[in-house]
Amino acid sequence: MDGATFENLNLFLNFGLPLLLLMIAYFIGSMVERRHFSSIRKRENENRGYPVVSFDTMPDDWKVSESTMVAGNIVVSLDYFKRVIAGLRSLVGGRIKTYEPLLERARREALLRMTESAREQGYDAIFNVRLETSRLANSRGDGNGTAGVEMLAFGTAVKFASRFARTP
Amino acid sequence: MDISNTDSIPGRRIVEFYGVVTGNTVRAKHIGRDIMAGLKNIVGGELVGYTELLQDSRTEATERMIQQAQSMGANAVVNVRFATSSIAQGAAELFAYGTAVKVE
Repeated sequence: MDGATFENLNLFLNFGLPLLLLMIAYFIGSMVERRHFSSIRKRENENRGYPVVSFDTMPDDWKVSESTMVAGNIVVSLDYFKRVIAGLRSLVGGRIKTYEPLLERARREALLRMTESAREQGYDAIFNVRLETSRLANSRGDGNGTAGVEMLAFGTAVKFASRFARTP
Repeated sequence: MDISNTDSIPGRRIVEFYGVVTGNTVRAKHIGRDIMAGLKNIVGGELVGYTELLQDSRTEATERMIQQAQSMGANAVVNVRFATSSIAQGAAELFAYGTAVKVE
């Protein structure tokens, strides 16, 4: 291997590889995000009209025959490109826009999973919905390595006593 | 066993209180899942292995809470809450707690 080839290889490993990873992460990451958002919108439309409320007491006109607790969760992580952008952003401060859609779609997905599991089990509505966010520990002590954010949605699912029990 | 995260079981009346019941589980990450999650970290998106891991752990913590309530003679647990705490590098405790009660 002559000097020039070695130089080129060195250059590639130092700059080319991270750049390539950045590009792959950017394209796949934004594709994954677009798809996820369109799937969320579609499923939210299907669930329109299904009562999911965050009140801690039931509306007076709900006559209930059966209840249980339902939950939905998801663990998500940022792609490499967005992590780099967020890292740069933290130098100057301000709003980190790349994190916002991630947390938003995770939260909506957790809510959808909770709703879908209640529907599958034959429940008619969910109330006292609560949302929780927790950060999973990094696998390495230095703050690098695998990390994710968990979104948890849970609530009490109820079955109405009769089909028309909701009409006041 | 009825469980709910509100302070009553909808449509039922609480007749007796048995106190707070808890259930927990401590889980470590699976190395295979961790490697997959590491790869997934490049392109972002859902870490399915972790989602399942946490879901299973939470189900187990809930089961244990229910067992404790049953051993007290309760037939429902109300006001259930979940909490997660990271106790060591790569290990986390998940626990569920609530109030064991008897409903009509």
